[in-house]
Amino acid sequence: MSGAGTTGEAVLQARDVAKSYGNVQALKGVNFDVHRGQVTTLFGENGAGKSTLMKILSGVIRPSAGEILLDGRPVAFHSTTEARDLGISIIHQELSLAPNLSVRDNIFMGREITTATGVDYAEEERQTRALMEELEEEIDPLTPVEDLRLGQQQVVEIARALSVNARILIMDEPTSALSASEVEVLFKVIRDLKARGVSIVYISHHLEEALQITDHAVVLRDGTMTARAPRSEIDLEWIVRNMVGENFDLGSPPEGHAIGDVALKIDGLSVPDASATGRSAVDDLSLELRAGEIVCLYGLMGAGRTEMLECIAGRLPKSGGRVLLEGRELGRASIAERIARGLVLVPEDRQRDGLVQTMSVGENLSLASIGAFTRGLFTSRRRERELVETSIRDVTIKTDGGQAAIGSLSGGNQQKVVIGKMLATKPRVVMLDEPSRGIDIGAKAEVFRLLAEGAQRGLAVIYSTSEVGECLSIAHRIIVMRRGKISAEFGPDATKEQIMAASGEAVVA
Amino acid sequence: MSNSNIGVIAMTDTGTIHKRTRGLFGNGFDLGRLLLEGRAFFALIAIIITFSMLSPFYFSTGNFLIMASHVAIFGLLAVGMMLVILTGGIDLSVGSTLGLAGVVAGFLMQGVTLEAFGVALYPPVWVVVILTCAVGALVGLVNGVLIAVFKVPAFVATLGLLYVARGVALLMTDGLTYNNLGGKPELGNTGFDWLGFNRVFDVPIGVLVLAAVALGASLLLNRTAFGRWVYSTGGNARAAELSGVPVKRVTVLVYVLSGICAAIAGLVLSSQLTSAGPTAGTTYELTAIAAVVIGGAALTGGRGNIRGTLLGAFVIGFLSDGLVIIGVSSYWQTVFTGAVIVLAVLLNSIQYSHRRPASAAKPKTSATQGSKA
Repeated sequence: MSGAGTTGEAVLQARDVAKSYGNVQALKGVNFDVHRGQVTTLFGENGAGKSTLMKILSGVIRPSAGEILLDGRPVAFHSTTEARDLGISIIHQELSLAPNLSVRDNIFMGREITTATGVDYAEEERQTRALMEELEEEIDPLTPVEDLRLGQQQVVEIARALSVNARILIMDEPTSALSASEVEVLFKVIRDLKARGVSIVYISHHLEEALQITDHAVVLRDGTMTARAPRSEIDLEWIVRNMVGENFDLGSPPEGHAIGDVALKIDGLSVPDASATGRSAVDDLSLELRAGEIVCLYGLMGAGRTEMLECIAGRLPKSGGRVLLEGRELGRASIAERIARGLVLVPEDRQRDGLVQTMSVGENLSLASIGAFTRGLFTSRRRERELVETSIRDVTIKTDGGQAAIGSLSGGNQQKVVIGKMLATKPRVVMLDEPSRGIDIGAKAEVFRLLAEGAQRGLAVIYSTSEVGECLSIAHRIIVMRRGKISAEFGPDATKEQIMAASGEAVVA
Repeated sequence: MSNSNIGVIAMTDTGTIHKRTRGLFGNGFDLGRLLLEGRAFFALIAIIITFSMLSPFYFSTGNFLIMASHVAIFGLLAVGMMLVILTGGIDLSVGSTLGLAGVVAGFLMQGVTLEAFGVALYPPVWVVVILTCAVGALVGLVNGVLIAVFKVPAFVATLGLLYVARGVALLMTDGLTYNNLGGKPELGNTGFDWLGFNRVFDVPIGVLVLAAVALGASLLLNRTAFGRWVYSTGGNARAAELSGVPVKRVTVLVYVLSGICAAIAGLVLSSQLTSAGPTAGTTYELTAIAAVVIGGAALTGGRGNIRGTLLGAFVIGFLSDGLVIIGVSSYWQTVFTGAVIVLAVLLNSIQYSHRRPASAAKPKTSATQGSKA
């Protein structure tokens, strides 16, 4: 590993750590070093064992075998509190702040500074202010957390970890909800932390982003460590190769089929911004999508992609413009009517908007097409089973069958259920909002292959993404959105730099 | 995070139970799971056995039928309540709706005097039944519209209707009770007591009404698109909406159905008593909720079935009647009923916290799933 001395030496080590749940081995003897004052990134697909390892290191669960060394001495923690007392803090992807409380109250939640007369708010406030100064964030300690931007909330989480003198900070997907400029702020904070000797364990699906900040890379696959190397020796291709175990390609635009007539036409569409009155999230936007065509919609968070897609799907009201499906205006048609006419949306957040957790895989798959297996008053179980089995086969969902609980599927397969549900309605136009969010690279490729096949059968496809790499895959056209408007349009031969510049990313960075 | 910790422990526990019972009962048989999922059924058996030992009068067809006709009232309310709870709502107004329905039926049976025409109308019983159900549906409609369209929390909206419906019932009778619901042959409106007193093959009509309503609700839930919409609305309203489920319409309809169920219960009760008092059914909404919960439905919506709800109603009914038969004071009855409800909710939370780790058993999904969710 990199040189001896204080910086770079292994501060936390996992030795042959294994974890099994029943018969299933989540981790099979992993060795993992965290280097002092450096960032160690853990790469791996969903289910590779990243989160299990992080839970072990932060005291959430205990390993079934192996040991953990802190500063060279074996330690065993039985809870996150014990781990925290030893200087190990974890920041989860889902922030664990109380939105109704102020920054100060959140930072001292559960360990308030008390005097004989009660909580010493003045002292708490002073310390909070000092922490914010250290992190160079202008956040008032008395601001309610719900008034902060997501990136600032993340900073509050970091401040909270620092306030308990964390020496080792574990960050699980910290950038997944941040805009490019917020990511920059976070990276600056991480660099400051490194300079102060804080060691960071970083997990991210954004490979390129992680490469910018990391000093060491460790790759997990199927519960074993497949590779590790310092930053200087690796590149993106190395990570992907070790994660997937094979050469991997998100595909290219499908060819050899006829591009048909305009399937979806958006004419001067405006959608009001839900958070700020008077502003428009989508501003007088026009767009055409043809049958058999795949269009990629790229943009930063807040560019208006989700608002546009949800408005076309009927979820959000529009403030102006028209949406035409195969030449006919949709007007005020309900979501159900739009689905019946062949326009469907696969939403961004599959847990919140896509899946019904209390229902089985089959019931989820058939939810949007109940009408197709209802005869008169009653549903036909046989027809429903046929529909479900066809869907599972077509979308290649790995499951025990339609009866399986939705929670038993991996993230990628859950996403395929949401896609399969909408494809089962036999749509003409399918819109997918960030279809690759939170799924591993293998599942991503399968989702894109599905879309490409759909297009070859004449389906019009539009998908949004915030990863440039995904634009340059199956899309025939790449449309870049910025502040509610289309800022540029490219063919499949565009470069990443061009796309990022059009989105406004390059300006910020 | 401690959650998943508990989950892991719970999971390994069932693992051991599984292994232990597999040898005894053959493959795939899990005693712990069976006891947990069939808890309402086993509780009912236990209640019947216990009271049969304590009282010689308990275990007889006659007594069972009497108890069943008591259960019918709660059962009818519980079926409607169940539909509402499946969507993740609650209907606190059913007890008052029951009282109002009884009073409306009583009012109609006394004859409606139209002073403008100088005539008194005596509607036949079937008209009374339909009009009463319409009143129940109206209460439900108001509930449903308040909740689905105006986004009033279900708890508050139905609490309001609880007061309004009860108040209207009191106003209509000035606090008094309609006593003579038998009707008169010369007016052609006899037969109201048929619902409460008559028997078909020795089974009280009220019980048959419950059976018919339960069967209808079961078909509705399991075999129609509407049923699937109800489950999906309760499981995840946002996902249901994006899948084309008319969530608002579904919400309004379940409250209307609940109101109709309450009205039917009101008819059966006032027929059993041959009188209709404005305070009938006070606090029955709580009994109905208890029956649904004992039957294993989740108050958060999306989980539950009619069979469980009926069992829940029978558990409560047979328990409280049994306590009366063996002469336990009514104060103790209240304590027992409360204890049963708490125990049921406790078991519910064990069952449902149990399911999530079942998926965590596969680390392929669990490890990332937990943090993604």
